[in-house]
Amino acid sequence: MPDSQMSEQPLLEVNNLYTHFDTPRGVAHAVDGVSFTLDRGKTLGIVGESGSGKSVLSRTIIDILAKDGSVLHDGEIIFEGRDLRSLPEKEMREIRGREIAMVFQDPMSSLNPVKKIGKQITEVLVKRLGMNKNAANLRAAELIDSVGIPDAEQQLTRFPMHLSGGMRQRVAIAIAMACEPKLLIADEPTTALDVTIQAQILDFLREQQRKRNMSVMLITHNLGIVSGYTDDVAVMYAGKIAERCSTDELIAHPRMPYTEALMNSAPQLSDPPHTRLQAIPGLPPNLLNVPDGCRFHARCPYVQDDCKTDLPGLTSDDNPDHTFACWHPLQNKAVGGGVQ
Amino acid sequence: MPDSTNTTEATLLEVRDITVEYVTQGQRFAAISDVSMDIAKGETLGLVGESGCGKSTTGRAIIQLPTPTAGSVKFEGRELTELTHTDMRPIRKRLQIIFQDPVSSLNPRRRVKDIVAEPLIISGMTNKAEIDAKVREVLNAVGMDPDITLDRRPHQFSGGQCQRICIARSLIMEPNLIVCDEPVSALDVSVQAQILNLLEDMKERYGLTLLFISHDLAVVKNISDRVAVMYLGKFCELASSERIYEAPAHPYTAGLMATIPEIGDKSIDNAMALTGEIPSPLNPPSGCRFRTRCPHAQEKCAAEEPAFSEIEPGHQVACHFPLLGE
Repeated sequence: MPDSQMSEQPLLEVNNLYTHFDTPRGVAHAVDGVSFTLDRGKTLGIVGESGSGKSVLSRTIIDILAKDGSVLHDGEIIFEGRDLRSLPEKEMREIRGREIAMVFQDPMSSLNPVKKIGKQITEVLVKRLGMNKNAANLRAAELIDSVGIPDAEQQLTRFPMHLSGGMRQRVAIAIAMACEPKLLIADEPTTALDVTIQAQILDFLREQQRKRNMSVMLITHNLGIVSGYTDDVAVMYAGKIAERCSTDELIAHPRMPYTEALMNSAPQLSDPPHTRLQAIPGLPPNLLNVPDGCRFHARCPYVQDDCKTDLPGLTSDDNPDHTFACWHPLQNKAVGGGVQ
Repeated sequence: MPDSTNTTEATLLEVRDITVEYVTQGQRFAAISDVSMDIAKGETLGLVGESGCGKSTTGRAIIQLPTPTAGSVKFEGRELTELTHTDMRPIRKRLQIIFQDPVSSLNPRRRVKDIVAEPLIISGMTNKAEIDAKVREVLNAVGMDPDITLDRRPHQFSGGQCQRICIARSLIMEPNLIVCDEPVSALDVSVQAQILNLLEDMKERYGLTLLFISHDLAVVKNISDRVAVMYLGKFCELASSERIYEAPAHPYTAGLMATIPEIGDKSIDNAMALTGEIPSPLNPPSGCRFRTRCPHAQEKCAAEEPAFSEIEPGHQVACHFPLLGE
């Protein structure tokens, strides 16, 4: 494929993706008809509460869910023009880790506790890139250094338990970066870390992303992180995308009541003490038994009769790049007088 | 000490220079040292800091689990550190704690009614009808319908609901002080807001005093009247909630504030952002403990430990070169 055409096409295109889990208690609709695209060099935030399907979505993309028949899929995942879902496992293995890498929330459980840090990095370099041992050792030290870990050479001989949580996450990122992936999926990479370390890790990821023109899918429950570190955002609720647009647009003009509620429920430093928080009443729906109509209707302050029966699809109005799944979207406040 | 002599009736808890030492790998080290604070009746004191700074240790030292190695903890005028276990028991009713992970702090094999009633039974209450009425009352107070809840077990509830049950269990003894150790950190934002609002309501309804421990500055600001910032086992700043966020005087506090990603922020203020990680408490830096990460550190900071002193009424800082307001 000629270069010019390659660059116009999005790196990742997900079309009508479904991931359902067949459990003894019924079918869990974890990802339920999700579509989005991710351009090269861009960061897409996937934001949602626990159980919204954001982690299952990422695991579906790199295909690491159980293959025992309990997981049911449908839809397309087009990565650089190829549908990952139709690839044989052997080819998928070439892509996983090499073209698409992933960083998980808990760095302790994603590293092997009984293998030295250096070995865990060189293993990737030797197996994936066919480097010889010496070259791999040098490269591992470089990688460790590049993720901001001091005394790189010495660190290679240590075990994960010798490192702090922040340092372990840097090692996990170094491993993910080892093959210079085109897409990095970071699933709550800083949730287990302190705020000061969180800022360091996120800044580092952004720097790497810019330097390598890598695309990043940043999965988080924190709208503050989305606001500071992503270009575009998809808000997920109960297995579906509820709203999708550029990050600036989302923060300035949320259209879906769930997005607004999510923003209002988080305490803000700019508010005075004892400001009453606008909590979202109730709980997210059970994915085994999703409600009829809009999945947010039971918790929505603007709910009307049609919301309870009819499921809204993603639509847009004056801004075609801003889609939302709501029958009664919030009015675009910036367009003065635009309220009908 | 001038503070302790003119303690007013309004002071519920008075902590003076408590130190908690542990022994690890044959080495003694202080998890917290010389921590002092007063909590007034009806007040919420927030305690923030990174993991490992000693905030949970402080909370536990106050309820004597374990008793601090040195220092004094006075609760309602009584010295707790000198009490025997037996003498401490009746006081524990008035000092409760709720933890971060609500699911693991509830026994999975017991029904909610037994979990919530247990403190009453331990304290010697035997009248079944009375116990049942109290359990129903507190469950109602925390927004759980007793008719649905009583016979269920913890796994049938979400994290937020389990935290409500934990709060109900702590309320049933009608405590005066509740130590809240990261009570909303494991919850989703939408549920977190419910629990924070619930704590404010319960505080009002039961006249509670709270020590609220969290690593999340925005949460702490929302719920606290005053905020203490801890670093490596010591307090580095204490001021009213408004003051500490408007004019942080300790470079560490300022750094923490700068690193919080807020909705609408395009980027984190890197000029103030903290570099490096918290040093090991086994071997704390000389002088000011924060100096290894401080952008303003000078020679004096390595040589001399700054005192925790008042820079203006109600605002204490441990820094040789406190930041002055804008």
